[in-house]
Amino acid sequence: MTTRQPLLKVAALRKTFDNNPILKGVSFELHKGGIIVLIGPSGGGKSTLLQCINCLTIPDGGEIEFDRQRLDIHSRPALYQHRQDVGMIFQEFNLFDHLSARDNITIALRKIKKLPRREADERARLELEQVGLADKAELYPAQLSGGQKQRVAIARALAMDPKVLLLDEPTSALDPELIGEVINVIKELAAKGMTMIMATHQISLIATLADHILFMEDGRIAEQGSPAELLGAGCASKTQGFCDRLNQLSGE
Amino acid sequence: MELSPFYQELFESLNRGLLMSVALIIPSALGGILIGIFAGCLRAFGNGLVRTLGNTYAAIFRGTPLVVQLFILYFGLPNLGLYLSPYAAAVTGFILCSGAYQSEYIRGALLSIKRGQYHGAQALGFTTLQTIFWIIIPQAIRRAIHGCGNEIIYLIKYSSLAYIVTCLELTGEGKTIATEYFRFTEVFTIIGLYYLALVSCAVLILKKIEQRLYIPGFGHK
Ligand SMILES: Nc1ncnc2c1ncn2[C@@H]1O[C@H](COP(=O)(O)OP(=O)(O)OP(=O)(O)O)[C@@H](O)[C@H]1O
Ligand SMILES: [Mg+2]
Repeated sequence: MTTRQPLLKVAALRKTFDNNPILKGVSFELHKGGIIVLIGPSGGGKSTLLQCINCLTIPDGGEIEFDRQRLDIHSRPALYQHRQDVGMIFQEFNLFDHLSARDNITIALRKIKKLPRREADERARLELEQVGLADKAELYPAQLSGGQKQRVAIARALAMDPKVLLLDEPTSALDPELIGEVINVIKELAAKGMTMIMATHQISLIATLADHILFMEDGRIAEQGSPAELLGAGCASKTQGFCDRLNQLSGE
Repeated sequence: MELSPFYQELFESLNRGLLMSVALIIPSALGGILIGIFAGCLRAFGNGLVRTLGNTYAAIFRGTPLVVQLFILYFGLPNLGLYLSPYAAAVTGFILCSGAYQSEYIRGALLSIKRGQYHGAQALGFTTLQTIFWIIIPQAIRRAIHGCGNEIIYLIKYSSLAYIVTCLELTGEGKTIATEYFRFTEVFTIIGLYYLALVSCAVLILKKIEQRLYIPGFGHK
């Protein structure tokens, strides 16, 4: 029985930058609790796709259906609401430089969700605890390590109670010894049933987390399937080849 | 110790002038900052027309001598039926001039904030205006603060131009005495010391404000 509605449905999404088609009709569905991993060569359009999903980049064509509602990309209130429902984690963290870890989390709660300061602070405390940074609430981004910044960014996104989380290479800007702490947080999220779409080159995340892999190349989904289908023994998929090359690069 | 009549009169006048100078400088500095933030935002974020308006304002007030601006405000506007007191004309001129310079610092700081800060805010559901107000401006102010402080120091000194629209402040009062007694060197040396004291106070206050606004990652404590 797979008649239940997908949480997110993307159909024929297109985006062109300066006459360069970057997304050439991308379609997929994501069910609640599902985890899609986006992989593929650099410039293939993974970041563009993720940014189109929450309309940080407005797509030129195609449809986005979220929670059974077709998203009207021309309605600003609809966009603002949509972005609250879709959390995003960036490669470069994008923490607000002038706010402490706590206020990075509370500012959206206070200014968008209009929560009173005390409730927002309490929520921030809980979220920081979840990512293991309860004692860093007062520190500013400049005082945090990359791994800590990314964990604050995850806490900040989660505090908005998003229905789906988009992660754009969440560990790519980190020193190797800091990757583990972020991966652990992401794995915990997965275990709790968070719906996610993640672009990553992190082999350990691809194989263990994905229940669906989209291999993107040249603005299209070149290949897709479950890890077993694409990475199973003896299968000669593009995904397999790509992962082999990643493995060689990371010297394994 | 009794001061000679000359010095008695001089200090009486200079102290009166000092009060007037302070009364000119404080509203001009605050007004200049506010106008600067406003105009800086228009220049950085406005669409075609609004941005042109902001740029034109800055171009005019940075491009013409303050003396000319003050003359027009005080001697020119009455032709249009608009009468300003010497004090009002001076403060208006200072605010507009200072605001033009401040807008330059603010605009530069606003434009220096990285795209990621906008993305971070927008991904959370902030509207463009909320993003600018809660995320971009607080950071830009901290980046602009040295330039803005510098402009305020300039303002303290060009506030001496108020006397040409007959608003008697420190320089004006001193000049009257100097002419009366024909003792220019002493009088202007003392006026200079008064300004030095004013600027030193301003530097101290600005430093305090900088410390208050200090955040790790934005300049030095
Ligand atoms: N704002 C933009 N303006 C112009 N071109 C852009 C813009 N954003 C992305 N592109 C182009 O779109 C193409 C796809 O970029 P994108 O960042 O989506 O790729 P990616 O798959 O995420 O690559 P990577 O693995 O390197 O992150 C690139 O060629 C890039 O130059
Ligand atoms: Mg990318």
